[in-house]
Amino acid sequence: MVLAVDAGPNPWFSPSWVVDNWSLIMPLLAQHVRLTVVSVLIGAVIAFPLALLARRSRYLAGPVLGFSTLIYTIPSLAMFAFIAPITGLSETTVAIGLILYSLVILVRNFLVGLQAVPADAVEAARGMGYGPGRLLWRVELPLALPSIIAGIRIATVSTVALVTVGVIVGQGGLGQIIIVNGFGANYYRPPIVFGTLASVLLALIADQLLALVERVLTPWTRTGVSA
Amino acid sequence: MNAFEGALAYLNDPLNWSRPRGIVYLAGQHLQIAGLALLFGVLIAVPVAMVLGHAGKGGGVTVGLANVSRAVPTLAILAIFAVTPIGFTIWAPVIALTIFAIPPILANTYVGFREVDGDVVEAARAMGMSERQVVLRAELPLAVPLMMTGIRTAAVQVVATATLAALLGGGTLGSIIRTGFARQDTGVVVAGALLVAGLAVLTEVVLATVSWLVTPGQKQLPFTRRRGDRPVDEPATGLGERSDVDASPVPVRVGR
Repeated sequence: MVLAVDAGPNPWFSPSWVVDNWSLIMPLLAQHVRLTVVSVLIGAVIAFPLALLARRSRYLAGPVLGFSTLIYTIPSLAMFAFIAPITGLSETTVAIGLILYSLVILVRNFLVGLQAVPADAVEAARGMGYGPGRLLWRVELPLALPSIIAGIRIATVSTVALVTVGVIVGQGGLGQIIIVNGFGANYYRPPIVFGTLASVLLALIADQLLALVERVLTPWTRTGVSA
Repeated sequence: MNAFEGALAYLNDPLNWSRPRGIVYLAGQHLQIAGLALLFGVLIAVPVAMVLGHAGKGGGVTVGLANVSRAVPTLAILAIFAVTPIGFTIWAPVIALTIFAIPPILANTYVGFREVDGDVVEAARAMGMSERQVVLRAELPLAVPLMMTGIRTAAVQVVATATLAALLGGGTLGSIIRTGFARQDTGVVVAGALLVAGLAVLTEVVLATVSWLVTPGQKQLPFTRRRGDRPVDEPATGLGERSDVDASPVPVRVGR
């Protein structure tokens, strides 16, 4: 049996395909980055008050964490399918789904970070006359920062990978290249492999950038014993 | 709520369940692909994790593997296997899914073995147990809760990812969502989403029950975890995190 796959030249990687299709790749790469940044940022903005709320009482923590676990259990394709009837085949549909997923990761990490703030530090700050606002901003937030950024890193990396599923509504960033220009174009391999590598690389670069941000924001963790 | 009514109408039609390539057939394919991938994942990851965990070696690799796998889009791996010579068989998605089932099982089982109290192992040796017995009769039972967390995470993962196989010609429940979009019928889209989400939640519940049943010692109802217990699928560290956070449970949830 001769499959269409074997008929023409179909290499696993083709630099010339990348060069020839640069004008196709760039907007999709931009969409990929845009969707990731927007989703994680909005996710973080929503997650922070939720984490503060969940920290307040365990009666709130239960529902918040339980509901977020339920969200995380729903497969991405189904999530986009639930949202699409409301917001249509738009980038918004993908962004809403990705915000929900990143929310789950971020709330948990923010909560872990806030709970891990040493009671002594809080006590000392109160003793020095810090009010709740200043306590949060000047003491608790900096001490929770490593955990907060760890959460943002995980959320970012997962989101980069998840954007590809947005292809179901035609807004999948590099996923468009993999599915539409590769699989859908007579199983042509170069776009599939390129899209995969580009997506993984994007995730790793974003992760390293965030690691750098953490280093810059938490200089005190580097004093003393050198690692 | 037009889409929702459409979904109910679709789900209420018995023909949609029983016809060729209907819901029953697709759910069967879905579970077959996911089940095989989970089985292979367990068969590969558990023994490797047992050996590594017992020896206390390879911790960085197992945890690193789990973290890196998060960066790889499942859809991309499915697409790559779909354009290999086995692309038109169910083995393409099964192998792709197995790759994503291994890291969570491996990392959680490894941590489970590492967290066994050293005194217990010593006591087991002092009682004259062979290394084999130490692994199977002292360490394994104590590692079961974490191992089951890994298997549960992997199960939910493969069920979710099997949905995506529909975008690559596979006949799974995701096909219904795909058909709905192709026909621009939001009722069918939402019906597919309900089925897929339902199956994922069902998997989570079934596996939570199984892990409760196989966990030795005092039985604690699933979903009523005490406050102190921290499930391992909870993200705690980042990708390529330095291991100075060491024993904190490994976050192992891969992007779906």
